Amino acid sequence: MKVEIEKLRFGTELVKRGFAKMQKGGVIMDVTNAEQAVIAEESGAVAVMALHKVPADIRASGGVARMADPKKIEEIMDAVTIPVMAKCRIGHIAEAKALEALGVDMIDESEVLTPADTFFHIYKKDFVVPFVCGARNLGEAVRRIWEGAAMIRTKGEAGTGNVVEAVKHMRLINHAIYLVQNVSEEKLYSVAEKFASRYSELSKLVREEMGLSIEKEIIYERFAFEEIVEGIYEILLEIRELGRLPVVNFAAGGIATPADAALMMRLGADGVFVGSGIFKSSNPQKFARAIVEAVQHYDEPEIIAEVSKELGEPMKGLEVTKLGESELLQTRGA
Amino acid sequence: MRVAVVGVQGDVEEHVLATKKAMRNLGIEGEVVATRRKGVVSKSDAVIIPGGESTTISKLIFADSISNEIVELVESGKPVMGTCAGLIVLSKFGDEQVEKTKTKLLGLLDVKVKRNAFGRQRESFQTTLEMKKVGKIDAVFIRAPIVEEVGKEVEILAEFEGRIVAVQQGKILGLAFHPELSTTKVHEFFLNLAEP
Repeated sequence: MKVEIEKLRFGTELVKRGFAKMQKGGVIMDVTNAEQAVIAEESGAVAVMALHKVPADIRASGGVARMADPKKIEEIMDAVTIPVMAKCRIGHIAEAKALEALGVDMIDESEVLTPADTFFHIYKKDFVVPFVCGARNLGEAVRRIWEGAAMIRTKGEAGTGNVVEAVKHMRLINHAIYLVQNVSEEKLYSVAEKFASRYSELSKLVREEMGLSIEKEIIYERFAFEEIVEGIYEILLEIRELGRLPVVNFAAGGIATPADAALMMRLGADGVFVGSGIFKSSNPQKFARAIVEAVQHYDEPEIIAEVSKELGEPMKGLEVTKLGESELLQTRGA
Repeated sequence: MRVAVVGVQGDVEEHVLATKKAMRNLGIEGEVVATRRKGVVSKSDAVIIPGGESTTISKLIFADSISNEIVELVESGKPVMGTCAGLIVLSKFGDEQVEKTKTKLLGLLDVKVKRNAFGRQRESFQTTLEMKKVGKIDAVFIRAPIVEEVGKEVEILAEFEGRIVAVQQGKILGLAFHPELSTTKVHEFFLNLAEP
């Protein structure tokens, strides 16, 4: 029996990151029922994200947004052969465990849902199922990768149909990677310390409140600050060598048209999540196919022009600068 | 030598890197190109269909008639390798999932495949595998298919727990796992098939 266990290894970094790599060059579509999931699969989606409501409706209805009804997720899993992903709230280990038990193929620890923990994200290395997490900048991306995320996506501003924030986040990450490639190892270490400082916020708060401190304090899961810095430094070194994130990096949050998708691919995205864009448009089938084609042929303008013809009304869209700070989803979880 | 990796969707880059490394190890001069456009496969000496989503890859290669180029290349005696989704696309017969999704297959490899044979991502795994003509390798199975039936011309290169996970038919190589993620040995074996 022991031999069997050694022979088979589940949920290794290679298996989890490998899963994400198989999604490259693809479109992952938000769906809220089995019928939409089938349309997504038929249109060439590489995976679907099973949701209770698309982000635009989450935004409109307000209140606390939680993990989708597992029954609904199961119906979607039964309807399609491509991978099914589902979202849990930031830091909500119990929702994530439930989704893992359900058998979803990837969990999105997502700012689109209402965060359950203002201090910490889930320590994802403790899971067999791979995770994707949003990031606005390199610090967020590196922290999520250190926690075990197998895939990063830009946060953008979900449910707005406005690509501006996704572009911003992709550009910020790209420029940060460029800087990482051009500084000394010593300076990189201080970047790692800066990136890791987010993990000491809780302990700092409590230490200040109590007016005391201890040696070798564990500040997150089973790690002391120095260990987190080491881990993050290792990831930065990897980024420096690769010239990119060591995991797949998708674009998400406000992608509404084929040209939007092509734009994100041009900026270096490995693939695209389309949320409200498809099933909020007047002809979802045509729209879904057009976005798949656009990602496929992002550097062929004639094809982008062709697939963009007569798509009908895209989702209406929101001006992000007119949203109040409290209405922004991207500021959740840093 | 020129090797084309069909770059429509999936882990294309990983195949390009593994092939380049394998070329270096063997001392072969050549280039490896990822291609999403027509006309590149037909000018190559070998072609690789990567892992990814078979439903998506199939749609895209048939839509852009890269499929014809692959078939013609193989018919002219050049080698082709498909890993995971690539194996499915190469096959002659699929399972009910292939039928249900109306996935078109190239029909080059005389086998019947079963998609997601080990289960969902949770059941995906990494293991040591003994592969004929290649040796012991680290193999990563991701929502992997298996080969259920093989034709007369097909040689079984590896089995895992009694299930067929690697086959060869002449110069056609089909693997249920992803050598591109963990080793260059399989790519070296494949490149040797391309040598005249």
